[in-house]
Amino acid sequence: MSDPRDAILRGLTEGIPYLRFLGIRFDRAGDELTSVLPFSPMLIGNPLIPALHGGVTSAFLEFTAIVGLVWSGLGEGVAPQALPKTIDLTIDYLRPGQARDAFARARINRSGRRYASVHVEAWQDSPERLFAQGTGHFLMPEMGARG
Amino acid sequence: MTDITRIARQFIEALPHAHALGLVLEAIGDGRADLSMPYDPRLIGDPATGVIAGGAVSALMDTASGAAVMCHPAGPVSTATLDLRIDYMRPATPGQTIRARAHCHHVTRSVAFVSVTATDDDEARPVAMGHGAFTVDRAR
Repeated sequence: MSDPRDAILRGLTEGIPYLRFLGIRFDRAGDELTSVLPFSPMLIGNPLIPALHGGVTSAFLEFTAIVGLVWSGLGEGVAPQALPKTIDLTIDYLRPGQARDAFARARINRSGRRYASVHVEAWQDSPERLFAQGTGHFLMPEMGARG
Repeated sequence: MTDITRIARQFIEALPHAHALGLVLEAIGDGRADLSMPYDPRLIGDPATGVIAGGAVSALMDTASGAAVMCHPAGPVSTATLDLRIDYMRPATPGQTIRARAHCHHVTRSVAFVSVTATDDDEARPVAMGHGAFTVDRAR
């Protein structure tokens, strides 16, 4: 019923104040992890449209990539001591994020001992209709040492 | 403070997410905008060190970039981020205000190009640098 990966993932993410600030959570279905950003009025950038702030979208995709990397490592039996660090991130804003819940998933394009390349996609109504996508490079934490 | 800076400051600081992040408009005009984000424990990305989350820094840089587009002499009435690439050079020092300086260096009929740098108190060593393309919506 419960998967040991759930507890490890929770341990790594639940103490992060910024995730709580944005309200981001991670839903697991089998091996597949989906990030969820429940709508909140404080996520709005432009109140006239109203649309999600581009920075919120960027932060959401970045955490989806970071946690997706940790998750794929857990699948291979690797429990990291720390989270991967972002080297660079490019966000492609395809359409305005609407004032409702958003979802995202990461695809690990390459994950080496030191570096990883991750693609992330975010949608609201249907995964067929993305509102943003991103690609980033990440520095993997050293195994057995913190930081 | 000029009237334009005061009006822009009220506008930007009233954007719900900019307000939530505690962003402060320091200076604006002629395609340039400086915004600061005081250190706030709610924005920590790494509880072990107290370093602010990269996502919060990118939100600050995105907001500064949009403000730089809006105050460009070409006079767009609205803008939105098309793409933004950010390089994270080092963690911001915990406890320090992070400042983003954005420069809209080129505007075509439809697109604005922006570069943006984020620093903490050690301004000689940027925390992050970004380049973005923004939409330009003109008055009809």
